[in-house]
Amino acid sequence: MILSHFNAALLFSIFASTVFGITQRDTPRDQFRYGLYCFSMFMGGLIVAGWVMWVLRH
Amino acid sequence: MADQVARKQAIATGPVAQATHMSVLAPALAWLIPGAGHLIQKRWVRGLLLMGSIVIMFILGLLMQGRVYRPNGGDVLDILGFIGDFGSGGLYIVTRALDLGHGIVAHATADYGTKYMIVAGLLNFISVADAYHIAIGKKS
Repeated sequence: MILSHFNAALLFSIFASTVFGITQRDTPRDQFRYGLYCFSMFMGGLIVAGWVMWVLRH
Repeated sequence: MADQVARKQAIATGPVAQATHMSVLAPALAWLIPGAGHLIQKRWVRGLLLMGSIVIMFILGLLMQGRVYRPNGGDVLDILGFIGDFGSGGLYIVTRALDLGHGIVAHATADYGTKYMIVAGLLNFISVADAYHIAIGKKS
């Protein structure tokens, strides 16, 4: 199986955020919100890192 | 006098007294089968989500031809890789028993596969701790 860099990072973010959300908060609402926060941080970091690498290369 | 009795009762109901059989069984089962520590405590949704996330992540790592670390006393990163993989418990045991995970890094996603499996194990360690906290009543 060969995934693109983006798809690999996207799947990683989904699974890691799910576990972080469930284990780091108590109530279902907080768990969902924290999971969503972690996911957005992962994806935001990914996009920022991508642009930084693009700038360094050009 | 009453104060002393109350203090003794407080000590008796402390962390040591709370070490029920569930506080041993849940983390052990959670390590062996990701998510099972929550399922045995009737946290069905959480257990299934944890199980799905960790198991799928580990299998994706294998499918991406990631490498499974063997017990070793060599390079520090190899030792840490083994500790991460070992966190997956039963998944690691089955993978070793079937002699899978000999991936050679031929493309970037193979290396992602190796990292997927390590992170799946590390996430399972967090899941084990969470199952323990539920068992001792520290978390609902």
